[in-house]
Amino acid sequence: MLYVDNAATSWPKPPGVVEAMVHFMEKVGANPGRSAHHLSVEAGRIVYNAREAVAELLNAPDPMRVVFGYNATEALNLALRGLLRPGNHVVTSSMEHNSVMRPLRALERQGVGVTVVRCSPQGFLDPPDVETAIKPNSKMIVLNHASNVVGTILPIAEVGEISRRYNLLLLVDAAQTAGAYPIDVEADKIDLLAFTGHKSLLGPMGIGGLYIGERVKLREFEPLKRGGTGSRSELEEQPDFLPDMCESGTPNVVGIAGLLAGVRFVLERGVDEIRRHEVELTQRLIEGLSAIPGVTVHGGHGAQRQTATISFNIKGLSPSEVGLRLDEEYGILCRVGLHCAPAAHKTIGTFPAGTVRFGLGVFNTLEEVETALEAIRQLAQEA
Amino acid sequence: MTDKQYAVILVHSTNYALRAEKVLAKAGISCKLIPVPRHLSSDCGVCVRIERTDQEAALQALKAACVEIEGVHEI
Repeated sequence: MLYVDNAATSWPKPPGVVEAMVHFMEKVGANPGRSAHHLSVEAGRIVYNAREAVAELLNAPDPMRVVFGYNATEALNLALRGLLRPGNHVVTSSMEHNSVMRPLRALERQGVGVTVVRCSPQGFLDPPDVETAIKPNSKMIVLNHASNVVGTILPIAEVGEISRRYNLLLLVDAAQTAGAYPIDVEADKIDLLAFTGHKSLLGPMGIGGLYIGERVKLREFEPLKRGGTGSRSELEEQPDFLPDMCESGTPNVVGIAGLLAGVRFVLERGVDEIRRHEVELTQRLIEGLSAIPGVTVHGGHGAQRQTATISFNIKGLSPSEVGLRLDEEYGILCRVGLHCAPAAHKTIGTFPAGTVRFGLGVFNTLEEVETALEAIRQLAQEA
Repeated sequence: MTDKQYAVILVHSTNYALRAEKVLAKAGISCKLIPVPRHLSSDCGVCVRIERTDQEAALQALKAACVEIEGVHEI
């Protein structure tokens, strides 16, 4: 079996992730930040260490500004719904996932202005187009760091410069990049960054979070949920400091334990080394696919300008047929269709049929890429 | 001359207590996280207990690391 669906969920996980989760369940198990006995403190320590590890990975100066939640989708909802009010305007791109588009369309019905900047058919965003879209009432720019459909990396740092010049907040959806591509929230001028644990951070599902930078005014920030935090318990009002303000209710500590182990693996191996490996795989896959008659590779900026996510089509075969045959006849597990990103597929011209998507990961090998290429060659020949 | 052996440092929440613990460990100051004494606060979290004699050094280290402190009490 060959798993190339890492853009949806990375698998397998590195050594230590499952062990950390089992360790928490067997040896710690208590509620963090609540009960103050030593197991509760130990649980809190796991959560704190995970905050520190994520902050280190993002070069975020203050770990308290990393808040945990369910996944990147929840983090994006927290940032968008927490900060945008009727009358505000927001700029986004035509390559966004529905985790950004759907909350924005809902906010639009409530009176938030939304401008979607058109990207090229390769998925590339031209920073001056973002600048042109800014209005006097603009409050935020929200962009994915890399497309979940074609892997194209968006020019975050350049847009960061623009956002500072116009005094806007920059929210980055790093679901596809955190752990696989270097991120520096300081250098890239990122004010809010949504991440998820189950992709390139190599942790389990059901854990993710939001980095909330210093430029975000907490007074104006509405948390999605309010409730018990283990702090300021004498008050019936929500705490006004991070992370407690945005972390009500008992958290997913077993997930956080796994996330911590995953992020530590990434830090030990090094994002640059992971990136180098994935570029090598991506380059070979794009090269190989492009040489097969009848195969169209989408995107097209090359391995250096994209993540290890590659979308393609085979002439004469629908993406769903390709997906089924790869699974049943070749044991190759990938993802086909629209990938929850209709806007991106419209941009690259593959709506509504979609594409076949290979999401390579840190544990894939060049040998596996050759195996996948051979399968595609056979399918294309028969089509 | 007081007979109190310890000082407790109150912080926002357990997250901050854990951060303080790390900062103090780095500064070579031993500490223990204990439940917040009820007479000091109604919080259900933990606070940082140190030897009273370490108080000045501890507060300096925490200040240098930007750990916000809600209060210090001798117990």
